Amino acid sequence: MESKNTEANISVFRSLDWITIFMYILLVSAGAVSIYAASYDFDNASIFDFAEFSGKQFLWIGLSLIIGGIILLLDSRLYEAYAYPIYGIVILILIATIFLAPDIKGSRSWLVFGPVSLQPAEFGKFATALALARLFNSYNFSLNAKISNYFRALIIIFLPICLILLQKETGSALVYFSLIFVLYREGMSGLVLFSVFCAVLYFVVAVKFAEPLILDIPVGEFSVFIFIILIYSLMLVFYCRDFIISRNVIIGFIGSALIVSVLSLCGVTINGTIYFCSILGLAMVYTLLAMLHHKIKKFLVTVSFALISVLFLFSVNYVFGNVLEPHQQTRIKVALGIEEDLRGAGYNVNQSKIAIGSGGIAGKGFLNGTQTKLKYVPEQHTDFIFCTIGEEEGFIGSTAVLAVFLSFVLRLIYIAERQRTAFGRVYAYCVVSFLIFHLCINIGMVIGLCPVIGIPLPFFSYGGSALWGFTILLFILLRIDAARKERRD
Amino acid sequence: MRKDYKLAKRRYVIGGFICLIVVIYIFRLFSLQVSEDKYKENADSNAFLRRVIYPARGLVYDREERLVVFNQPAYDVMIIPKDVGDFDTLSLCDVLDITKEQLMEKWAEMKNPRKNPGYSAYTPQKLISHLSQEDYGRLQEKLYLFPGFFIQTRTVRQYNYNAASNILGNIREVSAADVEADRYYRSGDYTGDLGIEKSYEKHLRGVKGFEILMKDAYGRIKGKYENGKHDIAPVSGRNIKLSIDMELQAYGEQLMQNKIGAIVAIEPATGEILALVTSPNYDPSLLVGKDRGKNYASLVKDPYKPLYDRALQGAYPPGSTFKPTQGLIFLQEGIITTATQYPCYHGYINKIRVGCHGHGSPIALKPALQTSCNAYFCWGFKNMIDKRGTKPYDQFEIWKNYLVEMGYGYKLGVDLPSESRGFIPNSDFYSKSFRGPHWSANSIISVAIGQGEVLATPLQIANLCATIANRGYFYTPHVVKSVADTVIDAKYREKHAPHIKKEYYEDIAEGMRMAVLGGTCRTAALPGIEVCGKTGTAQNPHGKDHSAFMGFAPYHDPKIAIAVYVENAGFGATFGVPIGSLMMEKYLTGGISDARKGLEERMLNSNTIISSGVKKH
Repeated sequence: MESKNTEANISVFRSLDWITIFMYILLVSAGAVSIYAASYDFDNASIFDFAEFSGKQFLWIGLSLIIGGIILLLDSRLYEAYAYPIYGIVILILIATIFLAPDIKGSRSWLVFGPVSLQPAEFGKFATALALARLFNSYNFSLNAKISNYFRALIIIFLPICLILLQKETGSALVYFSLIFVLYREGMSGLVLFSVFCAVLYFVVAVKFAEPLILDIPVGEFSVFIFIILIYSLMLVFYCRDFIISRNVIIGFIGSALIVSVLSLCGVTINGTIYFCSILGLAMVYTLLAMLHHKIKKFLVTVSFALISVLFLFSVNYVFGNVLEPHQQTRIKVALGIEEDLRGAGYNVNQSKIAIGSGGIAGKGFLNGTQTKLKYVPEQHTDFIFCTIGEEEGFIGSTAVLAVFLSFVLRLIYIAERQRTAFGRVYAYCVVSFLIFHLCINIGMVIGLCPVIGIPLPFFSYGGSALWGFTILLFILLRIDAARKERRD
Repeated sequence: MRKDYKLAKRRYVIGGFICLIVVIYIFRLFSLQVSEDKYKENADSNAFLRRVIYPARGLVYDREERLVVFNQPAYDVMIIPKDVGDFDTLSLCDVLDITKEQLMEKWAEMKNPRKNPGYSAYTPQKLISHLSQEDYGRLQEKLYLFPGFFIQTRTVRQYNYNAASNILGNIREVSAADVEADRYYRSGDYTGDLGIEKSYEKHLRGVKGFEILMKDAYGRIKGKYENGKHDIAPVSGRNIKLSIDMELQAYGEQLMQNKIGAIVAIEPATGEILALVTSPNYDPSLLVGKDRGKNYASLVKDPYKPLYDRALQGAYPPGSTFKPTQGLIFLQEGIITTATQYPCYHGYINKIRVGCHGHGSPIALKPALQTSCNAYFCWGFKNMIDKRGTKPYDQFEIWKNYLVEMGYGYKLGVDLPSESRGFIPNSDFYSKSFRGPHWSANSIISVAIGQGEVLATPLQIANLCATIANRGYFYTPHVVKSVADTVIDAKYREKHAPHIKKEYYEDIAEGMRMAVLGGTCRTAALPGIEVCGKTGTAQNPHGKDHSAFMGFAPYHDPKIAIAVYVENAGFGATFGVPIGSLMMEKYLTGGISDARKGLEERMLNSNTIISSGVKKH
């Protein structure tokens, strides 16, 4: 019995994906060193001093490795068998947190145990991933088979979202929306993913670029119309694949655009809204009339997509200008970086950009960054840790970190696809989705491309909860992956 | 499991998405770090310094537009520890006129994370606060010798009167708890402590501004970032106009010298407090500047408790000043009419005995007020509480509710931070202390004459007096007349009227007028002004009786209502009445008539503090 166990353990370590583990260790250690640099002060003697952030982070890393080791030693089948109970327990903890957590800067998401504080939202990730994976692994489960299957998946995803929103941790709640990638991979129509992408793009562009005016309409609105026309043309060409209709519509678009430009050069301005609506309307009517004989469904999809896009644009403008209160508008504008709020979040991003920008190609060198040490960049050892890398290691260092993260994510996608069960694959894609979201938002925020949403940079940012959350997430995947070659009886 | 190869291709979409994002981010990093000049300017480790510009705190005027509190510049020595190079410690000590040990102590204090939680070697830290003008001048001249040092100008409070410190309060540095509670504050900011500085803090403090400066690698300031485009100018605090008459306030404090007690004077028509004297008091300028901590500690230790505002916080037995309330209640409840007479054979004798002094018997309400007859109010109280067909429990609740309406037993809601509620017992209180509902008027008779369990603050007594002066209503007393020309809080413009008829107030006022004409308050008579008054002599288990007085004037169209309370000073007539009448005279006529100069002299020079039994160490 014992020898069998040992044998199993040996085989686990033999079939572990060491490349991933190597990258994990690389990222985590780079993180601790950055934290040391971010909170470095003259008086700090040692990187391992437990009174300092970096020292504590080493402690968290040590504990993470222990947690990871324990996860690897457990039987891989346990995770599938106990997926729902684990999810249930975590949900209960999330509910309890709403009532038990003290109010820290308006958020009730931290459970305090003496000297240690834990953020249960970070542990919701692996539990949700397990539950979702378990659902997709149900016998004969297929996402598109029944509409109720979508509901079941969405309930698993939205339950933690609601609970975390109740804890007033909007950032951590938004992370779960990234699971749309998992649904996409498991069969959800690509059109949905594309629509969500377009909706976000249209909203941001329409709201962000309210000035100046082109053809009497704001640049944002103008650009969104151009996007709609482009997407319409591209869908006709690549999705409907009808040469004649595509050619005629595109010629129509280009021709009318030329006429309008010439007119405006001569001083006659045509109102943009009228022009775009009429040209799109003509194109749609023409498409509907011309399609009559073939592939009706695809044409209908294309036309309605354009129609809904235009309606969406108008409603964004209406809701933003007429329904929202001025202070809500300001908040969104600040979040999108339109209005510079030098006292609040805008100031931080500005400082962060200056810090990164001042790094140059090669950086100022380890511990030589002044910007990040001025403590003007807030949360510099947590959410804004990338700042320190940008300033001290320069373009080379920050690109290297991005490259390691990219390889890490691509490796995980590779692992996901080599799983033999839906359980393993869905779980792996959950991990991939969470990582993609955290990476995009966190680094995007630090370099001023995304709104400031307070979520940590995985493996880098200071803090036990986030590190342990991601470690558990990753090591369960490694354990499941290591078992893929095991014979299943 | 069958593998769906069509879906498996979607890995390229997801992988492609992250690749695209990373490529975009790398381009962005390239533009930020390599190609853009805007950030190159900062590449020589230029850094920004966000310097707070403190707004001027609002000024304080009195009701006659006399400036009471204003601002004066003060200078703090700031350092950025990282930029502090080698410097000559001795010459710094020389310039600042301190010893090397003191400097080291300040340095250690600044670095102590418990005392200064916001410490960072890279941001400005306060080393020494409140430099004198001369030290400032010397340091400014030699500042070039001390790299990393600069001087920050702040304002401190300055006072035109050595009076009213209990009303004005003072300012102090914020504590860690303040910073936690209100995000406006940063470590090192000032906030109001006590008085209106505290209760009107949000009006007085204004809004901080800031400027963004650029520094070079040596910490030298190179100028404003983008020509000050992002700077925000501070907004000065709002000025406050007190309802206090500072001349009257200062005069009251003089009269109360060497006495323990309080004076509260109210303008009846508005509820505005004209003077709020507590004694002993302290000089407000003691709590300004670098000796603030030391002075504050010695005030806390002072056995006479100068920081304790007796006018608002002192809960005293009201004594005979309570009798008008009893008259009002008995009239309204129909227990008595102005014609009702009660016997007084040197006191109330009905199984128990409450003593009284010599006057005619039987006696009616107005003469009873005039002579302050104890027996009259005991009989009235007995007839109300033990009324046939009712229970004492219910009758006493009715009695208590009238007093609560008149402002007793709860905080009045004055616009100053600390106020005591006094004490008016309810029926449950007695049922508890007598272990059951079997108590009657005789068990608690002393409350009828303002002794026993009832306690009132001088403010509550003055408020009662203002209610009688108004013949039936009062406005919540307040010390602030207006804030920068805005109207005061609606709470202070709302009329409160107890459920007692106006005519009964007329009767009480008449009784109080009689007390001045030929009763206990004869000393209060002023030439040409009809004064009304009521004395009070409150028994005190700890020593000599307290001397109390309440009064208003003129009788018709009252302009001032006053309460005086002097601890351990004996009869109401010996200290309360003279002090109260001098205050009224001063306010109404602007001075003291020659005939009364002797009285004024006697009050200014008398000392009752010795009979308080408190020993000064």
